[in-house]
Amino acid sequence: MRVLVGMSGGVDSSVAAALLAEEGHEVVGVTMRLWGGDSDTGCCSVADVDDARRVAQQLGLDHVVFNFSDDFDERVVSPYVEAHSRGVTPNPCIECNRHLKFDRLSERARVLGFDAVATGHHARLERDSAGRPRLARGADRDKDQSYVVHMVDAEELERTVFPIGHLSKAEVRDHARRLGLRTADKPDSQDVCFITSTGGRERFLGDRIPLRSAPVIDTEGRHLGEVPSVEMVTIGQRRGLGLPGGGPLRYVVDVVAEPEPVVVVGDGADLLRRSVDVESVTWVDGTVEGRVRAQVSAHGPAQPARSVVTDEPGVIRIEWEEPQRRVAPGQSVVLYDLDDRWVLGGGVARR
Amino acid sequence: MDGLLYLDHAASTPMRPAAVQAMTPFLTDCFANPSGSHRFARTARRAVDEAREQVAVSLGVLPGEVVFTGCGTESDNQAVTGSVAHRGGVAVTSAVEHHAVLDPVLASGGVAVAVDETGHIDLDELTRVLRSNDTVSVVSIMTVNNEVGTVTDMAAVSKVVRREAPGAWLHTDAVQAACWIDLREVTPLVDMLSLSAHKFGGPKGVGVLVVRGGAAPAPIIRGGGQERERRSGTSNVAGIVATAVALAETDAERDVEVERVSALRTRLVESISSSVDVHETVPSSASVPGVAHLCFEGIENEALLFLLDTEGVCASAASACASGAMEPSHVLAAMGLPRKLAGGALRLSLGHTTTVEEIDAAAQAVVSSVERLRGAR
Repeated sequence: MRVLVGMSGGVDSSVAAALLAEEGHEVVGVTMRLWGGDSDTGCCSVADVDDARRVAQQLGLDHVVFNFSDDFDERVVSPYVEAHSRGVTPNPCIECNRHLKFDRLSERARVLGFDAVATGHHARLERDSAGRPRLARGADRDKDQSYVVHMVDAEELERTVFPIGHLSKAEVRDHARRLGLRTADKPDSQDVCFITSTGGRERFLGDRIPLRSAPVIDTEGRHLGEVPSVEMVTIGQRRGLGLPGGGPLRYVVDVVAEPEPVVVVGDGADLLRRSVDVESVTWVDGTVEGRVRAQVSAHGPAQPARSVVTDEPGVIRIEWEEPQRRVAPGQSVVLYDLDDRWVLGGGVARR
Repeated sequence: MDGLLYLDHAASTPMRPAAVQAMTPFLTDCFANPSGSHRFARTARRAVDEAREQVAVSLGVLPGEVVFTGCGTESDNQAVTGSVAHRGGVAVTSAVEHHAVLDPVLASGGVAVAVDETGHIDLDELTRVLRSNDTVSVVSIMTVNNEVGTVTDMAAVSKVVRREAPGAWLHTDAVQAACWIDLREVTPLVDMLSLSAHKFGGPKGVGVLVVRGGAAPAPIIRGGGQERERRSGTSNVAGIVATAVALAETDAERDVEVERVSALRTRLVESISSSVDVHETVPSSASVPGVAHLCFEGIENEALLFLLDTEGVCASAASACASGAMEPSHVLAAMGLPRKLAGGALRLSLGHTTTVEEIDAAAQAVVSSVERLRGAR
């Protein structure tokens, strides 16, 4: 098989490339240049490209760099910034996977004659009894990334390889050490790759949109305090609201962006919801209704729920078996089967 | 490298065997520092002095006007930054210069003048800029554009600069010119001129900066005072010797090579354009023989370069950034080339080792890659 391996310069994708090469596949490594600005935390810094190239050299693989920074800006960064101004909490890593890795890159790979794209995600391709491809959780439940690749559908799965999905993180690092790869002990990437750890999210957003102060009120409308920028506040947040300590635990239960920005806080019970509407839904292999499990953060538990199709195209309602904390609009809701093993589909929580 | 079809001579051209041969003794037996005061040092010193004279003859300047530097970028930087450092004032350049000129000009608060759709500097605009700034210290206009191959009429540029800014020093980045243009005709028009040895069959790591006509850019590397206090650092004896040999050989073969390579380029472009739809970015009459710059509408140059690489064709598109990714070309943008064309840009550059067999095989690879990418849409 001729495989194009996305190499970010991290240990997972380094080992992914190595294992494919060891299996005898014809492997080319590619690093996507996504972000033209400063980056010191995640993928696509020059130092990370150096790591990816050096690992590819060590493995005897060709390595190329594709510049997708225009697409990244248009499909990931601009929507990320715009969402914050609407009081929405986006997940840029998922949008990057959706638009860059499993669209732009996989299309480029197809055009260039590759049979598949491989990535270092902790996720697995399995087959059901009928031989249909299924997107399964990674073997290392703590590192499982099926949530962030949930948009890869059955057709795309046939052209996708997750070479390290069956390994634990410790096993991945063991392989890297066995092969003497320079990325063996490289720390996992954290946070959003295009935001520097020095400037942080606030500065990144503040350079691009006006940050607005907002009153903090309780559910009865009483004024409790003020936050300097409503764009930095997320539903479920407990700290950083400038409220006096000592009282009952208060959570952000709503963030209103328009017409006037307001942050509403309440107790744990005020945060609970019986359902969440999910839009822009994609399915791995067709619509699934009825009993499912639904996961609302990258590493959270998948809770029992019902998937209910609505009249609106691409929109479903997830009805929880037990009330759950409200999902911040913009966060991804990913559905799994009742065994909590296979991804069924997913979408984005709406307001 | 067997099996390679090398059409990236503008990036680097193979060293001439005579240059390799000339430099080898100075990498082995004769390793002395030419600044020393013993007989062994004097051997090295003599080699550097003779090389300087040889380069001066090839360029039509005096030996004392030849400064050896570490690369073409350093020469360009010294011409711009060194001039502004010495005299203050504003640096003026064109919008299609190599970054080695453009970046120091812009970093010093200078001005980049617009170009027309073939990449020629707009002389009316240059006139306006020179008139509106009465403290222009240096004007830097490239002799040949490194991406599209456009040749500047340096006589016309010089006339405008001398008329509108008589006090300004005129520098030209001639890094892409040496193989195709007799620089004896350029040096009298300018005060400074930059070259890079590995573009004409010399080694990497040697640049030349010609400094004449009263120009005195401040050094940007200070230390032992080599090169008459204009560029410190132990002389790269082997590199300098090889540079002189390569330049002399290039100079001697130029007339024949211009004719030979022009014919090869015509064959290449005709062979491609007879099979696939292609836009020739600059008419061949405006460009040096060594560059064929083509745009394939609807094609992504990264994909095209990848397929060509698979076929063994070494070519380039725009310039590569630090990560190795292709950057959108500032040259094509300044020429006003539509993005849909610029995105499918390909530079095939020819040189002294290019053969007709290479041209035919490369043309075939370009055609099949373009057809494949267009078919895949």
